[in-house]
Amino acid sequence: MEHRVVITGIGAYSCLGENLDTVLESLRLGRSGVIYDEQRKDFGYRSCFTGMVAEPDLNPFLSRRQRIGMHQPARFAFMSTKQAMEGSGLDADFLDKTETGIIFGNDSTAGAVVETVDKVRAKKNTTLIGSGDIFQNMNSTVNMNLSTIYKLKGMNFTISAACSSGSHSIGMGYLLIKQGLQERVVCGGAQEINNYAMASFDGLGAFSVRDADPSMASRPFDRDRDGLVPSGGAATVIIESLESALKRNAPIYGEIVGFGFSSNGDHISNPNFDGQFRSLSMALKQADLTPNDIDYVNAHATSTPIGDSTEAEAIFNVLGSKVPVSSTKSMTGHECWMAGASEVVYSLLMMNNDFIAPNINFENPDEHSEKINIIPSYKEQNIDCFLSNSFGFGGTNSSLIIKKYKK
Amino acid sequence: MKREDIILTTKQFLSEEFEVDAALILPDNNLQQTLDLDSLDYVDLVVVIEENLGIKPTAEDFKTIETFNDFYDLVEQRLNA
Repeated sequence: MEHRVVITGIGAYSCLGENLDTVLESLRLGRSGVIYDEQRKDFGYRSCFTGMVAEPDLNPFLSRRQRIGMHQPARFAFMSTKQAMEGSGLDADFLDKTETGIIFGNDSTAGAVVETVDKVRAKKNTTLIGSGDIFQNMNSTVNMNLSTIYKLKGMNFTISAACSSGSHSIGMGYLLIKQGLQERVVCGGAQEINNYAMASFDGLGAFSVRDADPSMASRPFDRDRDGLVPSGGAATVIIESLESALKRNAPIYGEIVGFGFSSNGDHISNPNFDGQFRSLSMALKQADLTPNDIDYVNAHATSTPIGDSTEAEAIFNVLGSKVPVSSTKSMTGHECWMAGASEVVYSLLMMNNDFIAPNINFENPDEHSEKINIIPSYKEQNIDCFLSNSFGFGGTNSSLIIKKYKK
Repeated sequence: MKREDIILTTKQFLSEEFEVDAALILPDNNLQQTLDLDSLDYVDLVVVIEENLGIKPTAEDFKTIETFNDFYDLVEQRLNA
């Protein structure tokens, strides 16, 4: 028997806001979370633009032993997960007595690893690294910390799929619940923000160097875009079987109805029309929907010249020219491993509040983006069903379709 | 370093690191129980001792330490060796 899968908890620790109310306000206002980080210049960066979140103070919530194995990815993810758990009505006692899984997206721990290596180089003695670093250094850091803190008893692993990590984590949780293998899964994505995490990416020349207002640097689909802006934080999406959600009277933010995925099998960093086309088509087919059923597309579009053009063509060829499209990366920058989860949270906020957040800085289309319906400013509109794209290095593609829950 | 200085310094860095009330770090109290140490915490204990007192106790040393007094004896012995 297949199960319907609904979303019963959301949280975001994002450069648009450190709680859902502030994020919602930023989305409505088209408020950018991008800053100019001067110290990146001294470090050797080509571009100093970045989305920014504050280092959270976890002391009021967690013991020393719980905190010591956490660096940025886990700290940020704790903040977004705390919101999602509380909003969903889940507490430690309930989680301890039931089977809840955790599948989180994360694809780096560069800041933690560099700090550890610095310590052992200075001390020349591994004992003096301390006990917490190993749990910060491993790529599964979010999973191992959150599953311990919340006493989770179900499926427990990390998805590393570059900039599709967050989206694939939701898709994988969806498949497990749909098949009856899990009742509830904590999904999400986390992305560290520090000099070490993004230096090699900056070195590829992929980041924007527009000498202007930081809020204008990320401009997906715009003719004059010159690269992406890195960003980070964390987002959490708790998903659950409909039966379980109804039984505990949980809030329902939406229903996942389609998960398309593909691998380009091509260049390691260049996007690929065929791979994106297949991911979008598969999601639509799996959801048993037609292009006219999609009310909004939250595009992956990161503001790179080739990436946005390829996605515009894929959207046009699968969904046509009328469906409203925006890339919230115009405001957040590219939240990378977190993006697939955060953009589902942003889109759910739109769907539950009847508006489309603007693709800010979209001033002039190019020959590709002129084929699709990009929304440049806040628009009130009912959304019954949206599609969220995520595409990553290595050619890993993911497309999720989420509808308003109806009995 | 005099014993009273060792005690003062130890109380300060242990209460900060392990988030326990310094008033509970009394000479005859059990070190492991007072600091609520698990096996991983002993690694961090070595780190803070090395940082603050400049000595690096071994796992064998900790087998002989029950109370804080035992610990102060060890520190005194190592510093004056």
